[in-house]
Amino acid sequence: MKLTPKLFWMVTLICGALAMMGPFWVMLSTSLMTQAQVFKFPPDLFPNPIQWGNYARVFQQAPMLQYFFNSVIVASVTTLGQVFLCAMAAYGFSRLHFPHKNLFFLVFLVTMMIPPQVNIVPLFFVMKTFHWVDTYAGLIVPGLFGAFGVFLLRQWFNALPKELEEAAYMDGCNPFQVFWRVALPLAMPALVALGIFVFISSWNSFMWPLIITQSEALRTLPVGIAALKSSYRDVTDWSILMAASTVSIVPIVLVFLMGQRQFIQGILQGGVKE
Amino acid sequence: MSEIVQTKPNWLKTWGWPLFFILPCFLGLLVFTYIPVLMSFGLSFSYWNLLGKPVFVGLENYQAVLGDPLFWKTLQNTLVFVAGSVALEILLALSAALLLSRAMRGIGIFRTIFFLPVITPMVSVALVWGWLYDPRYGPLNALIGLFGVEPISWLYDPQWAMFSIILLRVWKDMGYNMVILLAGLQGIPTHLYESASLDGAGAIQRFFRITLPMLSPTLFFVTTVSLINAFQAFDSVYLLTQGGPENSTQVVVFWLFQNAFQFYKVGPASAIAYILFIIILAITMIQWWLRKKWVYNEADA
Repeated sequence: MKLTPKLFWMVTLICGALAMMGPFWVMLSTSLMTQAQVFKFPPDLFPNPIQWGNYARVFQQAPMLQYFFNSVIVASVTTLGQVFLCAMAAYGFSRLHFPHKNLFFLVFLVTMMIPPQVNIVPLFFVMKTFHWVDTYAGLIVPGLFGAFGVFLLRQWFNALPKELEEAAYMDGCNPFQVFWRVALPLAMPALVALGIFVFISSWNSFMWPLIITQSEALRTLPVGIAALKSSYRDVTDWSILMAASTVSIVPIVLVFLMGQRQFIQGILQGGVKE
Repeated sequence: MSEIVQTKPNWLKTWGWPLFFILPCFLGLLVFTYIPVLMSFGLSFSYWNLLGKPVFVGLENYQAVLGDPLFWKTLQNTLVFVAGSVALEILLALSAALLLSRAMRGIGIFRTIFFLPVITPMVSVALVWGWLYDPRYGPLNALIGLFGVEPISWLYDPQWAMFSIILLRVWKDMGYNMVILLAGLQGIPTHLYESASLDGAGAIQRFFRITLPMLSPTLFFVTTVSLINAFQAFDSVYLLTQGGPENSTQVVVFWLFQNAFQFYKVGPASAIAYILFIIILAITMIQWWLRKKWVYNEADA
């Protein structure tokens, strides 16, 4: 076969893709190996025999079901709440008229420039005064408000034609009814994009849940898995850790694959078209 | 009587619905962003043992932080980490985007593969890489062994630890930059390339005269976002090295975390937070300024 430039580039691309998939393969195959096979050097590519029991052991060694449940609750409530609150504010900024609107919008936007780590110490003490340390409220409520979502959705509402909303006002709807019945359904693609974005970042977030949770029963998956890792003293049980990692990745990959198109559209809208 | 019922107060007419829509989000940002930012500012000038009231100590915290040799080591590490990971990320992402933009088929599947690490939790990513880097049994040493390279201690070797953390980060974040750059490339009108080819421009000329200038706004955007994100790195250091060995992977946010939640030194931690804030603000400002100066703008042409 002749080495044409095109073939060369294709091979390069495939090698790159293999390099990107490599760690995922190692995670999956290690999660199915026996301890003896894990500590074999050079390592095997495939698990043999396949140890499905590792997954059962993860759920025995750590309260993974509890972690999983916590992650689902925190990420779902954060997503629904943040998307709704952002859509409300975005609609207000897009459609309603009130004095100093641009100034208020700027006050929102400025928060995007503040890195969350700058807030984290005092935010912990705010939580303490609310008695929200080590509670679901402490895990969820600070994540309900985001200026990025307001920014993204306002652009979307601005681009919607006003005629339908005007017709609804003629029929005697108040602004909230117009928002709820007319504008929100039309904004569904943007809401889905923002929703996936919020869900993924909430599911993956580590530093805040690490700080705000103390009891085992409130840990989310990342915090729980990190605790599992630091519980090993001399010999790390890598097959268990890889099984736990796989468990934490599967839901997020499913969410991403289902909404990939909207999600990438959302990223591009938030990014390139500023 | 009917007049009284009819006339709502004037302010309610103006503010009623706007407040209804905007106030919930505004209050949230006030309580969970604005107030903490101000508290952080106050705490950075205070001594607080977490029990009594904070005591104003002027610039003492900043002096303590800036006078600590570990701060300069941390800052240096952070800059190496940021520069190294961002440069590699953008370079690889641009190459991959250029390759993909030529591919006729399979753009979708490659894009998904390159993007998967972006959505994967950093905790899981760090654990897998911790295993890949294992000095005795790790798959990475086996892989480089195939090419006759001696095993490396990766995370346990002060010479290699930072590089290892950078490599992990590049693998995780590259796809994000690639997706945005790919969209930027696809937005360049093809007639530009066609007319350039007719004028006899070669591939290299076309890249430097058309692709790079047309892509400059996108490149600027991804660079800024990557820079700001890289300064905030925490998870991988917490999980894999805890700043070691010999402080070779100590970075700003992990140091902040240690000061606040392990040493309970709230004042110095707040000072570190504000130093980080100022650095990130400065990058944003410089970015805006350079953007006006450098970026190719169709309106100017």
